[in-house]
Amino acid sequence: MAERNKSPKKTPMREQPPEERIHNFSEVPHGFSEEEAMAEARRCLVCKKPLCIGGCPVEIDIPGFISRIAEGDFRGAVHIMKNKNVLPAICGRVCPQEDQCEKVCVLSKKQDPVGIGRLERFIADWEAQQGPPEIPAPPPPNGRKVAVVGSGPAGLTVAGDLVQLGYEVALFEALHKAGGVLVYGIPEFRLPKAIVQREVDYVTKLGVKLVTSFVVGRTKTVDELLQEFDAVFIGTGAGLPWFMRIPGENLNGIYSANEYLTRSNLMKAYLFPKYDTPIIRGKRVAVVGGGNVAMDSARTALRLGAEKSMIIYRRSKVEMPARIEETHHAEEEGIEFHLLTLPTRYLGENGWVKEMECLRMELGEPDASGRRRPVPIAGSEYLIPVDTVVCAIGQSPNPLIPQTTPGLEVGKHGNIIADEKVGRTTKKGVFAGGDIVTGAATVILAMGMGRIAARSIDEYIKTGVW
Amino acid sequence: MNKILRKKILASNIKMFEIDAPLVAAKALPGQFVVLRVYEEGERIPLTIAEARPEEGVLVIVFQEVGKSTFHLGTLNEGDEILDLIGPLGKPSEIERFGTVVCIGGGVGTPEMIPLAKALKEAGNHVISIIGARCKELLIMEEEMRAVSSQLLITTDDGTYGKKGFVTEELKRLIESGRKIDRVIAVGPVVMMRAVSRLTEPFKIPTIVSLNPIMLDATGMCGVCRCEIGGQTKFACVDGPEFDGHQVNFDLLLARQRNYLPEEKQALEMWRQTQIEAGGK
Repeated sequence: MAERNKSPKKTPMREQPPEERIHNFSEVPHGFSEEEAMAEARRCLVCKKPLCIGGCPVEIDIPGFISRIAEGDFRGAVHIMKNKNVLPAICGRVCPQEDQCEKVCVLSKKQDPVGIGRLERFIADWEAQQGPPEIPAPPPPNGRKVAVVGSGPAGLTVAGDLVQLGYEVALFEALHKAGGVLVYGIPEFRLPKAIVQREVDYVTKLGVKLVTSFVVGRTKTVDELLQEFDAVFIGTGAGLPWFMRIPGENLNGIYSANEYLTRSNLMKAYLFPKYDTPIIRGKRVAVVGGGNVAMDSARTALRLGAEKSMIIYRRSKVEMPARIEETHHAEEEGIEFHLLTLPTRYLGENGWVKEMECLRMELGEPDASGRRRPVPIAGSEYLIPVDTVVCAIGQSPNPLIPQTTPGLEVGKHGNIIADEKVGRTTKKGVFAGGDIVTGAATVILAMGMGRIAARSIDEYIKTGVW
Repeated sequence: MNKILRKKILASNIKMFEIDAPLVAAKALPGQFVVLRVYEEGERIPLTIAEARPEEGVLVIVFQEVGKSTFHLGTLNEGDEILDLIGPLGKPSEIERFGTVVCIGGGVGTPEMIPLAKALKEAGNHVISIIGARCKELLIMEEEMRAVSSQLLITTDDGTYGKKGFVTEELKRLIESGRKIDRVIAVGPVVMMRAVSRLTEPFKIPTIVSLNPIMLDATGMCGVCRCEIGGQTKFACVDGPEFDGHQVNFDLLLARQRNYLPEEKQALEMWRQTQIEAGGK
């Protein structure tokens, strides 16, 4: 057994310096070398009763894979990881570990927790460098068929789990590329698309049949799928973007984050004119919102050549929902934070946005979310000159399937009602998970719900009991 | 997948493809559209459906070459395959027995009007169609339109065919003749749809227009197709594309359509340059 590394700090991960990376879309952190990974792994206490596993929505055997890394048995670590998580290269990069596994790590009481996310990423990248991944032997087919709608984190997980139980699985994607938010939403500098493609390829190599450019609700309805398949899982994710309903919001130059990021990420507009889809390369960009999507948008704007990229957020920094690492990276890159600031209207010229009027806020009593409510300071209006605005304040679930599926009940925000413990909707044979059920959440939460739904789909098909 | 079975040039820069697309053809209803992408670096292009023949698995699209993507699309030939074809998208048109319906098609709006006029006629409506174009050469699908209409009126801006003038002038004459009109549907350039809506508003004739804002995913995710309908923001891809013409903020639509004019121009010029170079070899 290797000697424990008693360093109170996480092994640092080398990354592109800010002044360099704001001019490219390449990934920011470089990842661990084998030596760095082993050093970090040796910080783990390998607790007898590990709390970290309970902190992971997909219950990865964390001490198990970390102790393999400590011993230099990287292949062994891959096996343990893939047993529970088919998308480790993605989770290692975008999971909010500080709120999950790392939050409950025993070390975190007095020092830095073990860098579980960094190690997960290391092991996935190590496997990829060894050549094509090992594909587990396919189980004997059980003759039953499941349709999975939406190829984001939830759908990929359900599809991967069910195909390994012997189901014939068809994975339907409305866009021309699989991956959902992983391809259209999260930028290249945070999650390289080649990595997403690798994980999608893994799922198809497991035997999942991927059908892109197929819009369930339009090309075929859920009821039609139910005639062909024994069960249907809906993981269609985010839908129509929210706007603030303030004057001037439809001026040119004002984007939803969904549009801004889809242009840049899915359509590769940052490579225009090599790619055909254009995007406005604003000089003074204001991003409204304080989540990961807002950080992604503001950092994308910088890379598109903005002289000033600003986050406009109505609460203070403590209440910002973005991951600490994302805010930290944004600050390093020179994003300006206009906190306690609320946009009230946009002023335009010839149809284009020119200025945004904002109101200063102060924090009042806690609201329903437990965070202190921002209260406007009367008479504090001021103008910020802008030529591009990205509205990143959230979105409602995609309306297509709810609109076209009788018997499928939705909540007041349009989200599909599903029992979060089993993923069952109000319609027999139909399961759902991910953002379409919870509203905007995280990749790993969607995967966790996918895992649960896969188990319950298996149980439903085997027993026939709804 | 998505093989072009037949290509027909309808007018200069207006082309028709019959595409092998059984899944989409099986579901396409009047008023709906498709999105297609021609090559890996390409845009997602929304185009209206001119006809669906589900029994043959054939989908017909008609498009005008205006920018790089549509010009490139026009270079495809019979036997070529279209990389991605997605649809049918948007809400189908309302088809009921309204009474007398005036169907107005302008430019490449005419092909989209054909399935709509046909369905309305089959539902028992008296369908008066008005189609128009800048000149005779650009007037397309006259015979197809005549076949699905109870009566067909034709205008050209320059008077080279049919009555000289705009489609709105024929509509005005119809209204002034005292004929009861229960519904007007207009598909075509925004300025035409705006003019039709302004004309019918004082007469309180229900008027439906099919909007064509910029789209990206076109499945209810990105929000670029937002339009202002009765002061409210609506999304043309999932709430439309058809809306009450009297409620539409057309000026906003026109402004939003111009969002990427410089980039569109740049892309087209570069494409033309590469075509010239390729032709010279």
